[in-house]
Amino acid sequence: MENPILHALFGRLTFDAFPIHEPILVATFIVVALGGAATLGAITYYRLWGYLWSEWFTSVDHKRIGVMYLALGFIMLLRGFADALMMRLQQALAFNGSQGYLPAHHFDQVFTAHGVIMIFFVAMPFVTGLMNFVVPLQIGARDVSFPFLNNFSFWMTAAGAVTVMLSLFVGEFARTGWLAFPPLSESAYSPDVGVDYYIWGLQVAGLGTLLSGVNLVATIVKMRAPGMTMMRMPIFTWTALCTNILIVAAFPVLTAVLAMLSLDRYLGTDFFTNDFGGNPMMYVNLIWIWGHPEVYILILPLFGVFSEVTATFSGKRLFGYTSMVYATVVITILSYLVWLHHFFTMGSGASVNSFFGITTMVISIPTGAKMFNWLFTMYHGRIRFELPMMWTIAFMLTFVIGGMTGVLLAVPPADFVLHNSLFLVAHFHNVIISGVVFGSFAGIAYWFPKAFGFKLDPFWGKLSFWFWVVGFYFAFMPLYVLGLMGVTRRMRVFDDPSLQIWFVIAAVGAGMIAIGIACSLIQIVVSIRNREALADLTGDPWDARTLEWSTSSPPPSYNFAFTPIVYDTDAWQDMKERGYVRPISGFKPIHLPKNTGVGVILGVLSVIFAFAMVWWIWWLAALSFASMLATAIAHTFNYHRNFHLAADVVARTEGERTRLLLQRS
Amino acid sequence: MRLLRLAAILAAPLALSGCQAVVLSPSGDVAVQQRDYLVESTVLMLLIILPVMALTVLFAFRYRHTNQKAVYEPNWDHSTQLELVIWGAPLIIIICLGALTWMGTHLLDPYRSLNRIDAVRGEAGGQDSLQDSLKVDVVALDWKWLFIYPQYGVASLNELEAPVDRPIAFNIISSSVMNSFYIPALAGQIYAMPGMETRLHAVINAPGDYEGFSANYSGAGFSGMRFKFHAVAAKDFSAWIGAVHENGGSLDRQAYHALERPSQNEAPRTFASVDPALFDAVVNLCTDPGKMCLNQMMAIDAKGGLGLDSARNVMALEYDKYRRRGSLFGPVPTGLASLCADPKIAETAKADAPRMASAPVRGLGLPEPSWFKTPTPPSAALLSRHPTNS
Repeated sequence: MENPILHALFGRLTFDAFPIHEPILVATFIVVALGGAATLGAITYYRLWGYLWSEWFTSVDHKRIGVMYLALGFIMLLRGFADALMMRLQQALAFNGSQGYLPAHHFDQVFTAHGVIMIFFVAMPFVTGLMNFVVPLQIGARDVSFPFLNNFSFWMTAAGAVTVMLSLFVGEFARTGWLAFPPLSESAYSPDVGVDYYIWGLQVAGLGTLLSGVNLVATIVKMRAPGMTMMRMPIFTWTALCTNILIVAAFPVLTAVLAMLSLDRYLGTDFFTNDFGGNPMMYVNLIWIWGHPEVYILILPLFGVFSEVTATFSGKRLFGYTSMVYATVVITILSYLVWLHHFFTMGSGASVNSFFGITTMVISIPTGAKMFNWLFTMYHGRIRFELPMMWTIAFMLTFVIGGMTGVLLAVPPADFVLHNSLFLVAHFHNVIISGVVFGSFAGIAYWFPKAFGFKLDPFWGKLSFWFWVVGFYFAFMPLYVLGLMGVTRRMRVFDDPSLQIWFVIAAVGAGMIAIGIACSLIQIVVSIRNREALADLTGDPWDARTLEWSTSSPPPSYNFAFTPIVYDTDAWQDMKERGYVRPISGFKPIHLPKNTGVGVILGVLSVIFAFAMVWWIWWLAALSFASMLATAIAHTFNYHRNFHLAADVVARTEGERTRLLLQRS
Repeated sequence: MRLLRLAAILAAPLALSGCQAVVLSPSGDVAVQQRDYLVESTVLMLLIILPVMALTVLFAFRYRHTNQKAVYEPNWDHSTQLELVIWGAPLIIIICLGALTWMGTHLLDPYRSLNRIDAVRGEAGGQDSLQDSLKVDVVALDWKWLFIYPQYGVASLNELEAPVDRPIAFNIISSSVMNSFYIPALAGQIYAMPGMETRLHAVINAPGDYEGFSANYSGAGFSGMRFKFHAVAAKDFSAWIGAVHENGGSLDRQAYHALERPSQNEAPRTFASVDPALFDAVVNLCTDPGKMCLNQMMAIDAKGGLGLDSARNVMALEYDKYRRRGSLFGPVPTGLASLCADPKIAETAKADAPRMASAPVRGLGLPEPSWFKTPTPPSAALLSRHPTNS
């Protein structure tokens, strides 16, 4: 029946893997294909391929890589949000005997993909992108410690995203929930390719995240400008340092646990099976030992963003810098001591549950201290309600609600009645949307002029803001109510007709957020068209306080012609107050890393490897893996990785900036 | 207590406006106490959350850029007194909440047997009724719930019947993947996991028909994995048991294997007789005849294993029913494992399979270890580890 040659060539990949009989997927594919063709066509028409390749894809400049991370996050946000809309629609429809429009086979993939994409390919790229762009500028460095590694990390993250996206059109995605708990994710219960896409997508992206974590830790520890002691680091850099330490310590656990799951699935071992002393609980423990720090990996940098934004737009020094730093460090340490609160209901004893419940509550103390510090930064300030500050106020008012429900869920007796309910779903969306999403938008609005030389259009930004914030309350407050009504999550159909109204309200909220997202897309287009009017010639459009604002907007490839010397936490504010004069002569050649295409090649090879592993195409897996190793090793023999930017080029660039500054005044 | 009741009254209209918030108005004493902890913790936290929200709005308004009359101190960034309040106030709240948590978690540990029927009757009131708890063995199947009443030798599928004001002791297990056993009106949930038995003690105080379901996603039929929990008066419960006996139906191994196959939205039904060893067999993943039970294997392992012969044993010892009998969810996984497997070994395993079915305990083709006593019930094997006749 089965052709052995075809089997050897294509593994378990057959024509059945292409979902041509599924109208929803075919329509999606057509839209994606048309959109993709239009984009590729436009790039070709405007002859942008060369520009994109040499200036962006192969770039080792941390600023370019940061922007690419953010672009990746935004594109994946559209996919993840489409999943969210599909779920909201299904749950709003499936009442009174109706099955809705999604069969279980689809619905289960949709909620799994939504979680995986939003965490790994939206939130993580947003956070990593912001850190990549901002940290070297804030500490007065010319780039990160390992510029090529940075490019490679980005392409691994992108390769993971591509692998997950491939599952939409070839085969299927996991139907297990976003953490793929065994035994459901074992081959006995999920023999299809879905879980394998999950495993390889995350393994590839996880490697990228880990390497980028190593890179940023090294950068912050080793490359600070003279005078910038640890306690003079900008608070965003502090949070970035703590986040990357968390990444370096937590992501290997994810890699290991997924490796064990893949051994179970590929080689028939019994780490997490029901058989032979395999222990599914071990997976649950391990994945949450990664998973809980991951939550803080996401939120800490945004706490940094809110600190920078509050200080800048209140026109004040940050209140309680030292206590802010200690709060961040305490959160970093405590985040390793709370993982069990994700499964109080799996039968641990009362003392274990109490311990983890109380450690979880203890985290709210430093978090609360941070909240008060922002509050007292505003106190006796002069608050300008520009877009970043608006996101910050929305964060402060919304996040405390999520924090409160979070502490509530940390009380085991309360968790027993709310675990896995829509109350829980409302809680973590409450903290992730108000913290991570609002924070990323605040950060993007804040640093956009630094990255591109013009501000974002405030009108469309404010429209987006209001739709997001109001939409959030409409979408998630009903879920709190539903959770208290005893409704559990991941349900596809409902019996009780009285619940429907709440799901309809939630769907309306999701629709409002959709408009909010559309507004921010329009905002970007409008801002590009009006870039002359919105231009920032000073490099310091917000009257901000940290070093990145001392450079031009956008900064030159070398960031700083002369390494600044730091005397205060708010180094740039300090320079402005002491009447700092920009040097306009005496430039020297600058040593810079060369662009390289190796990162792109390794990324492409990892997608091929992941695809081959998913479909059991062993020859291709071996070939692509060998090619990856060969490429990486060959790259180590490339001794021409750096060049010197000539002094007269630096002089010309700096001269242009002097001219712009004079023109303005 | 007065504060608590006040809080409950304050919170009630919030959530009860036009909807049945079962978590906030449950009918079982355990769930009522859990609700109380929920409300108390919320009130404690609101003590700090509300001022923070009010101050945010106040400061944002008062220190707006256009209000030039407000004080402006651009370099004010430290105050030891304020720092003390900032760290101290949340600390005090968390100390209170932590004490509450420690108490509540221990008092409401689902493994702990009940010490009261409800708040009114208290601990002294119902000592007699506390002794005589109803035992229910719960099995989560793909995708339905099986309830075995060992004291009455009957079972029901997708419906649970229990008398009011009589403690119920649940033993919970899953036959395949993780589920969570949850009746919001009765008590908080606890997971149903394969090979790992969990417990729950609860009591229902008001008659009625309540919703029960799985609160952990378990695959395609998860949404329909619901049942009705009927709480009835004691005499009605006896009548129901009588009716179940009259309706007939038997749950032996064969019937169980048929029942165990994945199916969705099963109508409730009852069984007048149940294989008394069934639940222990489900717990130990050995409902198939002749299959070694988990506790038996653990007992062998505890003795140091069977040496080199174990290797041959392994081929026939797949526990998980789908790995053993071929997956029902799709193609049988092959992959690298099949590339590596020596066809001769696989042949041997197949040829030996019928012999495997002949006796319950021993490994493939090996005599039962001399020190091993066939346990009844199986869990006894773990407790008595000394050799009996060596």
